[in-house]
This record gives sequence, C-alpha cells and structure tokens, in this order.
Amino acid sequence: MSTAADAVQDDRRDSAPDVDPAAGRPDGPASPGAGAAALRRRGRTILVTGVLVVVALYFLAPVYWIVVAASKTTDDLFGTHGFLFAGNFALFDNIAQVLAHDSGIFLRWLANSVLYAGVGSLIATYLAAAAGYALSTYVFRGRNLIFGLVLGGVLVPGTATALPLFLLFSQLGLVNTYWSVLIPSLVSPFGLFLCRIYADATVDRSLVEAARLDGVGEIRIFHVLGLRLMVPALVTVFLFQLVSIWNNYFLPLVMLTDDQLFPITLGLNTWRSQTDRLPEFYELTTGGVLLSVIPLALAMIVLQRFWRGGLTEGAVK
Amino acid sequence: MSTTTSSTTTSGTPRPAGSPARGPGRRRRPAATAVAPWLLVTPFLLVFLISFVLPILMAVGQSFTRVERRGLFGEEGVTSTFAWFENYRLALEDGSFLASIGRMLLFGVVQVPVMIALATVLALLLESAAARWPGFFRAAYFMPYGIPGVLATILWSFLYVPGLSPIVDVVHSVTGVEVDFLGSGTVLWSIANIVTWTYTGYNMLIIIAQLKAIPAELYEAARVDGAGPARIATAIQLPLIRPALMLTTVFSIIGTLQLFAEPQLLAQVAPAIDSQYTPNLSAYTTAFAYNDYTVAAAQAVLIALVAFVLSFSFLRLTNRRS
Repeated sequence: MSTAADAVQDDRRDSAPDVDPAAGRPDGPASPGAGAAALRRRGRTILVTGVLVVVALYFLAPVYWIVVAASKTTDDLFGTHGFLFAGNFALFDNIAQVLAHDSGIFLRWLANSVLYAGVGSLIATYLAAAAGYALSTYVFRGRNLIFGLVLGGVLVPGTATALPLFLLFSQLGLVNTYWSVLIPSLVSPFGLFLCRIYADATVDRSLVEAARLDGVGEIRIFHVLGLRLMVPALVTVFLFQLVSIWNNYFLPLVMLTDDQLFPITLGLNTWRSQTDRLPEFYELTTGGVLLSVIPLALAMIVLQRFWRGGLTEGAVK
Repeated sequence: MSTTTSSTTTSGTPRPAGSPARGPGRRRRPAATAVAPWLLVTPFLLVFLISFVLPILMAVGQSFTRVERRGLFGEEGVTSTFAWFENYRLALEDGSFLASIGRMLLFGVVQVPVMIALATVLALLLESAAARWPGFFRAAYFMPYGIPGVLATILWSFLYVPGLSPIVDVVHSVTGVEVDFLGSGTVLWSIANIVTWTYTGYNMLIIIAQLKAIPAELYEAARVDGAGPARIATAIQLPLIRPALMLTTVFSIIGTLQLFAEPQLLAQVAPAIDSQYTPNLSAYTTAFAYNDYTVAAAQAVLIALVAFVLSFSFLRLTNRRS
C-alpha cells in the first residue's frame, strides 16, 4: 500500500492551487464566522470524500470479486455468496492448476503478451520519436503531407484496418505468425503527433546548431540530443502503445489460429468459452483472470503519474 | 525517470518550427540536412504504409470488386471485376448492419456524455481542496484502464449471469426484483457499463492533466472576486478544459463505433446479442463466417466513414459554438 500513500503525499505537494471556497470569502464577525466557515469546510470535505468512496467501490468491486472468486472451488463459486469468501480457501490450488494446465500454456500466453507489447511499444516509440523529431527539426518537401496523412491515421478506427490487413498478410504468407501481430503494433500515429508537438516545444534549435558546428552528424544529433530532450513524451507514447497492444483483441483474433501464438486476452477467452461444457474451466478462468489482472492493475497505479506528466506537456497543449 | 534532464532543457526558448537550419556552415551541410529527415522518417513511414495506407487502399479496392468463382469451390478459376457500388448496396440493404449502426448511435448518444460527464466531475472533485486522499482515488479510478476489454468483459459477465452474480442476489434480497442484465432490453446498457468502467478513469486523467495546467493566478483572481467553488468550476475550469473534453469525446466516438470484444464475449451468455449486434461484429461475421470479403470490406469502409463524419461534425459543432 506504500504506493498509494506516496501518491497521496506527492499529490499534496504538486496539486493544483487549492480551490478553497471558504478562504477568500468576506465573512462577518471574526471568530464565529471563522468557526462556521471551518465547519462548512469540514462538511464539504466529508461530503466530497463520501462521494469519492462510493465511486471507488464501483471501480474496485469487480477486482475484489475476482479475488474472492479465484479462491473458490467451482462448487463454492455457485453455492456461496459472491462477495464473501467460502470456508474452503482454494486460491493456491487454483493458481497451481492455471499454471500447470495444458503443460503451462498460460505462461506461454503471458510471455507472448509481454513480447508483443514490450517489443512492439519499444520499437513504436523509437520510430515515432525519429519521425516526430524530423518533422519538427527539418523543413523538407512533403513534410506537411506526411503530418496530415498520419493525423488522419489517428482517426481511422483500428479495427477498420484489421480486416484488410488480414487479406494483405495472407497474401504475403504472414498470417498466423508472430509478425502478423507485431508489425501493425510498430506504428503509433498518435505517438508521432505527440512527439512532434513535444519536439517543437523542447528541442532547442541553437543546441542543434551548436552540435552541427562541432561536426556532429545529423543522425547522431537526434540520438544524443533529440531523444534525451524528448524523454517525458517518449514515456507517455511508450505507455499508450504498451496498453493498447496489451489490450488488443481484434487484431490477434483475426490473425492467429495457433494457440501457441496467442496473447493472454485470446487465450483466456478460449478457456472461458469452455465453461459451458466443462465446469472445471471456471476455476481456470477466474484464476487466470486474477493472475493477469493483478500485474497490470498494479502497473497502472504505479505509472499513472507518468501519464499525467507527458500529457500536460504534450497532448493537450 | 528523467524529469531532471528535461527540466534543464525545457527552459530554452522554443523557436518556430518552420525556420530552416541555415547559417555559417560547411559545404556538406545542405546535403546532410536534406538526407537526414528522410533517414529519420522513412522507417516510420514504411510501417505506416504497410499497416495503415495499404490496408485502407486494399479495403477500398475490394469494396468495389466482384469476385466470381467458377466451379463449385472456385477450382475452375476466379475472376475479379469492377462492381461499382454493388457491395455498398448489399451492405446497406442488410437491415441487420444498418440496425447495428443505429444501435451504436443510440449507445454513443447515451454512454459517451455520461462517461465524459462522470470523468469531468471526478476530475473536478479530485482537484478541489475538499477531497481527501486524491492520489489514492485517482489511482483506483484509473486502474480499470489497464484491464483489457476482454478480461473486463469476462469479469463483468460473471457479475451479470444469474446464479453466479452477487449483484443479482443482493438486489433480489433487498427489493425482491429479479434483475436481468442480459435481456434484450438491458444488455446494451450492460455493455455500456463495462465500457464506462474501463475508460472513465483514463478520460479523467486527461482532464486532470489539463486542469493542472491552469495558471494559479486565475484561481487567485477568482477568489479575490469572491467566487465560490461552483462559480470557479463553471467560469474558469470548464471553459479551460474544453480541448481535453473535445479530445476525449472524439476518441470515445471512434471507440464506440469499434465496439467488438464486449458484445462478442457477452453473446455467449446473452442470447439477445446476435452475430451482427455491432457494425464491427457484423463485418467480422461477413468476412469470416460468410467468407464474403468484398462486402465486409465495404462495411469496414462505411464504419470508418461514419466515424470520420461523426468526429468532424462534432468538432465543427463545438468550434462554431465558441
């Protein structure tokens, strides 16, 4: 829980100027007025925090439920109340079962997801950074055309390209390979958009010019100077791309048929779809969902300040 | 990670992006500055070409093509001819496909405003002085964004299915009503709930980012003028976070038209969801169940067009109003 506490502390420090309603109000007589204002302020704090708690219950309840459900046997899952732990605590049995099923295919799916999302978002960030930096630093023919084209790409629904991409890749013989999911993950139009705006604001032209006078090559200037200056934006682009690849379902569904290549989303859905006929898959599904939800939920909580950081400086400028 | 490196450099004055690199220099520089941008842009463009431009061109091409197979399984050859708007006619004559677009419009008209309003209210509350533990709440609200739509749907489907759902139990024991989350009238809103649950925190974070960019002097001035929190919200905060609200709304509109995983997974427990429940599900079914790629391509183009038209008309509308 230390992360939450840190976040609270951190927030007190960097939070926006206090919008304190009572502070500037011209109250009447000094002492009773101040007392009433303090009382009003406390009442408002209780009310607002109460609302926030209720909303937090809504967002956290399903996650609490999966923890409870994953610790039950299939009989208890249907026989006992969903929000209460059963007498029989089967969490570790269930997790062992998840890891062992089908000679450890769950871990394989997890590794695939890490591969697709990790490698994909790293390369995508680098490509977006290079192109965004180039569009910002150099004036060349076609610059505005490229930017406009890519900006249009931001608005194209990802799933609209998945079907024709399948046709294209099947002609190239790439369907049902790692490449079929990896290649489309390497490009982030939104990332280029963000990198360009950020480079406009932060990459100082006199620094670039000074490096040139020192005889540093153009590409090296990008690597040594540009990349370093753009780091906050790069973190945001990387995280955006990581989550969007990790969460993607349509593209792998269209491309892959071999379950050895499945990412975690596709894999767990094949388990869930068998619960109709084989009740033991309930234990596998709830256990598997728990195992794959926890690491990303934790990552979101830890990383959320980075999202905020990059966005203030870039996207919504 | 490297906020220190950036803070030292961001102080440099930003220059207009357009000024060409010129000045006292060596002879090789004009050549180098002409080649360098292309070296940097080409890798991105290549992947962009393969995964965006080519598929879109192919989809448009396919959507105007008629494929004829001779023989029972096309073993006597396949011919492609230009079909004009034949595939679009077929797609638009399909009542289920049109109904799916109408369904998504209804969904969007209700779900998007509700979600954006909720995200805005949460952002304002978290940024107000009255909120306790804002860091914890912000993290809790954002957390579902890290849960893939597929997993979120599996989670919620367990909470919807009677016999398994504690919610159905609780509601039944309190009110005596047997709620049906998966009936034909309710399942669309059960999907809306999953989408809202997943993306509200994400949108909230974008709005918070812009709230934090509001200069402190504005709050100061408002307070001196005796403005209360409600007045500050309506007169200062809401107008200044407009760009963030427009960004999140456009992304939500596009997201609504792409809806696929949630209805596809819920279909197994909700008979009310057919194979053409959403436009995307419809195109998927046409392509992979009926193997009719040309009509599916026409559907994909139509979906993208509707997304474009809606996004642009939203931007137009909000720009004109200001």
